[in-house]
Amino acid sequence: MLIKRNEGRIARQRLAETYEGFASGALDRRGFFRQAGLGGAGLAALGVFGAGRAQASGAAMAVRNPEKPMRIVKNICTHCSVGCTVTAEVQDGVWVGQEPSWDSPINRGTHCAKGAAVRELVHGDRRLKYPLKLVDGQWQRIGWDQALDEISRKLLDLRQQAGPDSVFWLGSAKFTNEAAYLYRKFAAFWGTNSVDHQARICHSTTVAGVANTWGYGAQTNSYNDIRNARTMIIMGGNPAEAHPVSLQHVLAGKELNRAKLIVIDPRFTRTAAHATEYVRLRPGTDIPVIWGMLWHIFQNGWEDKAFIRQRVYGMDEIRKEVAKWTPEEVERVSGVPGEQLKRVAQAFATEKPATLIWCMGATQKTVGTANVRAYSILLLATGNVGAEGTGANIFRGHTNVQGATDLGLDVTTLPGYYGLDENAWRHWARCWGVEYEYLLSRFASKALMEMPGIPTTRWFDATMMPGEKDKTAADGEAYVQQPSSFKAMMVFGHGGNTVTRMPESLKAMEKLELLVVADPHPTNYSQLSNRRNGTYLLPVCTSFEMDGSRTASNRSLQWGSKVVEPIFESRNDYDVIHALAQRLGFGERMFAGIQAPGGKVVAESVLQEMNRSLWSIGYTGQSPERLKLHMANQAAFDLTTLRGKPGTPVAGEVYGLPWPCWGTPEIKHPGTHILYNTNLHVKEGGGTFRARFGVEREGQTLLAEGSYSKGSDIQDGYPEFTVAVLKRLGWFDDLTAGEKASLERHFGANIDRAAWSTDLSGGIIRVALDHGCSPFGNAKARAVAWNLPDPVPVHREPIYTARPDLIAKYPTLPDRRGFRMPHLGQSVQNRSAEVSKNFPIILTSGRLVEYEGGGEETRSNKWLAELQQDMFVEINPADASTRGIRDGAWVWVTGPENASKARVKALVTERVAKGVAFMPFHFGGWLMGEDRRQFYPAGTDPIVLGESVNTLTTYGYDPVTFMQETKVTLCQIRSA
Amino acid sequence: MARMKFLCDSDRCIECNACVTACKNEHEVPWGINRRRVVTLNDGKPGERSISMACMHCTDAPCAAVCPVNCFYTTADAVVLHDKDLCIGCGYCFYACPFGAPQYPKLGNFGSRGKMDKCTYCAGGPQADDTAVEYIQYGANRLAEGKLPICAEMCSTKALLAGDGQIIAAIYKERVTRRGYGSGAWGWRTAYQEDMPA
Repeated sequence: MLIKRNEGRIARQRLAETYEGFASGALDRRGFFRQAGLGGAGLAALGVFGAGRAQASGAAMAVRNPEKPMRIVKNICTHCSVGCTVTAEVQDGVWVGQEPSWDSPINRGTHCAKGAAVRELVHGDRRLKYPLKLVDGQWQRIGWDQALDEISRKLLDLRQQAGPDSVFWLGSAKFTNEAAYLYRKFAAFWGTNSVDHQARICHSTTVAGVANTWGYGAQTNSYNDIRNARTMIIMGGNPAEAHPVSLQHVLAGKELNRAKLIVIDPRFTRTAAHATEYVRLRPGTDIPVIWGMLWHIFQNGWEDKAFIRQRVYGMDEIRKEVAKWTPEEVERVSGVPGEQLKRVAQAFATEKPATLIWCMGATQKTVGTANVRAYSILLLATGNVGAEGTGANIFRGHTNVQGATDLGLDVTTLPGYYGLDENAWRHWARCWGVEYEYLLSRFASKALMEMPGIPTTRWFDATMMPGEKDKTAADGEAYVQQPSSFKAMMVFGHGGNTVTRMPESLKAMEKLELLVVADPHPTNYSQLSNRRNGTYLLPVCTSFEMDGSRTASNRSLQWGSKVVEPIFESRNDYDVIHALAQRLGFGERMFAGIQAPGGKVVAESVLQEMNRSLWSIGYTGQSPERLKLHMANQAAFDLTTLRGKPGTPVAGEVYGLPWPCWGTPEIKHPGTHILYNTNLHVKEGGGTFRARFGVEREGQTLLAEGSYSKGSDIQDGYPEFTVAVLKRLGWFDDLTAGEKASLERHFGANIDRAAWSTDLSGGIIRVALDHGCSPFGNAKARAVAWNLPDPVPVHREPIYTARPDLIAKYPTLPDRRGFRMPHLGQSVQNRSAEVSKNFPIILTSGRLVEYEGGGEETRSNKWLAELQQDMFVEINPADASTRGIRDGAWVWVTGPENASKARVKALVTERVAKGVAFMPFHFGGWLMGEDRRQFYPAGTDPIVLGESVNTLTTYGYDPVTFMQETKVTLCQIRSA
Repeated sequence: MARMKFLCDSDRCIECNACVTACKNEHEVPWGINRRRVVTLNDGKPGERSISMACMHCTDAPCAAVCPVNCFYTTADAVVLHDKDLCIGCGYCFYACPFGAPQYPKLGNFGSRGKMDKCTYCAGGPQADDTAVEYIQYGANRLAEGKLPICAEMCSTKALLAGDGQIIAAIYKERVTRRGYGSGAWGWRTAYQEDMPA
C-alpha cells in the first residue's frame, strides 16, 4: 500500500514490477545499477543510449553529458498558478537537466514535487505519440492531415444539420495566453458561445463574486505581498499541497511578522499543521462562519468605519443579516465555538494588515458566489483591501487559469470581460478587422450570439436533453434552449474526470457523434466510455514545447520560451487551431492580423493583437518585448514589492507587469501589483474601486466619497471615462489629433459614447492617467450586489446535506433555469432527509501535492506516480470502527445518485472529523471497480490508475456560474 | 575545508516532496530507489510535523564501520560516498544506518540485492569529477560544479538546508531567534555527534 499518508510506514512498491516491465524495452533507464560494478561498461552504454534515444523522439531520456555544452532556457511551470520559473538545461535539442531558478522573485529557485519533476513531461514515454482514430473500438494510427480533414468535414456536416451551437469547444487553463485567446476567437468565428475551460470548475464563482463586489475578478495582491501580512486566514484552501511554493511566502510572513496564520477548513490539512490556530467547520457552512466573525466585529466596533463610509456601498444591509448569526446559531449550524471565532475575528479586524486566502473550498459550492461575496465583505468591513499585506489573495488552480479567464475562455464573455452584448461584439469586430455582420452571420441567431453558452459542468446534460427543434411536450423544462443538443465535443487540454456526475457524462460521451481530444495525453476521455467510432486523439505538446506568455494568479504575465521542439508527432495548440480554422473556412479572416508563415503561428504576433484590443483589463502594456525583458532581468526585482530596482532596465516596473498595465506599451505603465490601492498614483500602479454598476442607486451614491488615489485631479468619486466625461471635465482636447481621428473613425456620430475600454487609440486611458485618475472610475465596492440571486449572501444548506433539520430555515434556491438549461435546487434538496439516512457521511474532495487536475499527466510521470500509487478515502477512526474498516483495507464508497460506487483504499485518520470523508480528485482509469487500463491506446496508459471521486459526486450548481458542488455531498462507506 | 551537512527545518517542511522528485530528476534515479524521502509524524493530528530524510553523511559513519569490503570513503568536504565497483550488496550498511538511507535495486525473484545506492550529497562517486561515467553510476556531481545538493536548492519553503555545517547552523539559529521557536536540528546528535548550537 502506498497511500503514504501514514506515519512510519515504509511503502511496499506495489507497482514497481509493473513499471519495470514498461521501462525495460527500448527506453530503459540507463543501466544505473546493473552496470554499476562494470566500470567502463557504463560508458559504452552511454554511447548507445545517448544516440538511440535522441533519434527516437527528439527529447527522450538522454543522459546528461557534463562534457558537452549546455543551453539554458526559461519557461514557466505548467502546474499551479504560482508561476514558478523553470530553468531547463538543453543539450543537442534534448532537455537533460533542471536547475533552480534563483532569479525568479516568485519561486526563488524552489519547486514542489510537480515542478521539480516537469522535465519528465517532455520525456514522454507515456505521451500520445501520433494522431489516433477509434475504428470499431480499436485505436488506429493516422496522419495529421487525415485527422484534421475528417474532423473538419464532420464539423461542417454537423454545422449544416444542427447549427454551430451543436459543437462544444472545451479549452484549457494550461493554454498559453496566446492559445487561450486564439481558441476563444476561433469559437467566435465558428459561431458559438459554448466555449469554456477549467475556470468553470475552479474559480468561476470567485471571478463572479469578486468582480461583482469591486470590479475585477482576480487576486487583489500577490503571493509575495503576503510577506507583509500580520494576520492571514486561509479558508477553504490547502496551499501546502495545492500551491506549495506559495507557502514560502506565507511562512515567511508568519515568521518575519510573527503573524497569525489561521486555517479554517473541515479538514486538518497539511497547511493547518503549520497554522497558529485551526478552526474546524462543518463542510458547507462558510457563510455562517464569516457572518459569525462579523457579528463579533460589529458587536465590538472593530470594523473600519472610515473605510466603510468612503469606499463601501450597502454595509447596513449586511449588518441586518449578520445580526441573525449569534454565536449560538453559528455553533449550531457550523460547529465552530463562539469563543474561538471571537478570537479569530478580533485578530483579523485589529491586527492589520490582514489577508484572506481562499481556494476551491470556497468556490466549488452551490453557494460559491455567495461565499466569495461574504469573504469579500469581511475584507471590506475590516478595511483590508487595497493596501500592502491585505487583500483577497485568491490562489487559482492551473498555470494559466487566470489568463485563460481573462481571455474569455468562458461562456459568458468575449476576451477581457467585455460580455456578449452588441457593443462587445462590435468592439471585437473592430479589433479583429472584420464586419460585425460577418460575425453575426456565423451564429444561428442574434439572440444566441448574445446568450451565454453551455458550461462544461453541464455539457452532458446539454447532450442528453433535446434542443428546441426536437423537444416534445413530454420533455417539459428538460430541454436546451438552442436549436439542437450537442452532437460533437472538441476537448483541448482537459481531463474527462474533472466534472461531477460522471456516470451520466459517460452516457453522453457515447451519444456524441464526434469526440476529439487534443492533449499531450489520451486523457480519461479515451477510455471512459464504450465509444467505438468517431473519436480522435490529437497529440498536442505541452507549453514547454512552445513559446508564449502565462498569467500567474497575481496577474503577472511571464514569457515562456520553447525548451525543445514538440516531441514525437505532436504539434502546438496554435498550429492546430490554425489548421482547423483553415479547413473550416475562416482561417484567412481569423488570422488576418496574426503572423502564421507556413501554418506556424508566431506567438508574439498573437500577443500584439491582444495588446491592441484588451483595454478593459489593461492587457495592453505587456508587449512581448517588455515581457522578455522582465524574464531576462528577473534578478532585478524586489522580493516583497516586486518592483524593479533602480538602475536596472526594469527600474520601477512590477515583475510581469501585472494587469491592469494601462495604455500602450510605449507609455510604460509599470503594472498593478496591488489592485485598488489608493496610496499610489495610478501611473505607479495605484487605483480605486471600479465604477461598474452605475453612479447612483435608490438615492445613494455608488461613487467613492472623499477617497481617491494619490495625485488624482478629481478628489472624490467619479464615473468611468468616456468621451462625454472628458468633454464635461474639459479634458477632451488633451487627446491628440491622432487619437481623436481614431475615435471618429470608429465611432462617428456616437463618439460621445466611446469609452476607455473601447477606444482603440488608448487616448482616453492616457488622458485619465495624466490626470491621476483610474480609467474605470472611482466607485464604492458593493456589499450589496443587487443583480445576484442573493444580493446579500445568505446561508443555504448544501443540496445533499447531512443536516436535513436545517433545510426548513436555510433552504437552497428553488428550481430555475440558467445557461440555456434547467437548474434544479429545492426539488433535489428535499430528498435529503431520505438520502441522509442511507448516506450519512459527508464526502468532500481535494488535491494532493503530487498530482494535479484530472491527473493523467502527473500520474504518467514516474517520479510523481511513485509517490502516490493508490486512490484512497480518508475516514475518521470512529466511522471506521463502527464499520469494521481497518486502515489500508479496500472499501466501497457509494453515492446517492446513479447507483455509483468506487473501490478505494481506506486511510483511517483524524485529519477528517467524524461523519466526514475526503477523497482526492486526481485519479481515473477505474470505473466502479473495473480497471479500464486496456482501453487506453497502447503505451499511453498512466502508470497509476484509480477510481475517480467524480463517479460519486452529485448534482448541485452555483446559480450564477453553474460551478459544480464537489465539496459537500453524501456517501456511505463499507468494507470491500 | 567545509564540513557539509543537511538540516531540515521541520517548522517549514510541508511535505511537498520536491526534494524527492528533484533528486530523481537530477540523477535519473529509477523507480523503487529513494535516495531521499519525507517522513511525517503525527499525520493528520495536531502537532503533525514532516522531515525530509536522506543519508546524513555522518561523522564516523556507521555504514563505513560495518562494510565488509571497505567501499565507503569520506571526502574532504565530509561527504560519505561509496564505490559501487567494490560494493557487494550485502546489506550490512542498511542495518547499521540510523536513518534508513541505503537502498538496493531488486535483481531477481529471490530477494537478491544489487549494489547499494544512496544519497551522494550530489557529489558523484570515485571516478573523475563531472564525467559521463560518473554520472551513469552515481548521478550528477553538483558539488564539483560549485553547486549544492538539488534537494535543498529546490526545497519549496527553504526548509531543507544543505551546505557548510556552520553556515546552515547560523541560518537556522537566526530563524529560531526571529520567530521564537524551533524544533531543533533533527538527527544532528546521531549523525554529527553534536546538538544544534542554540
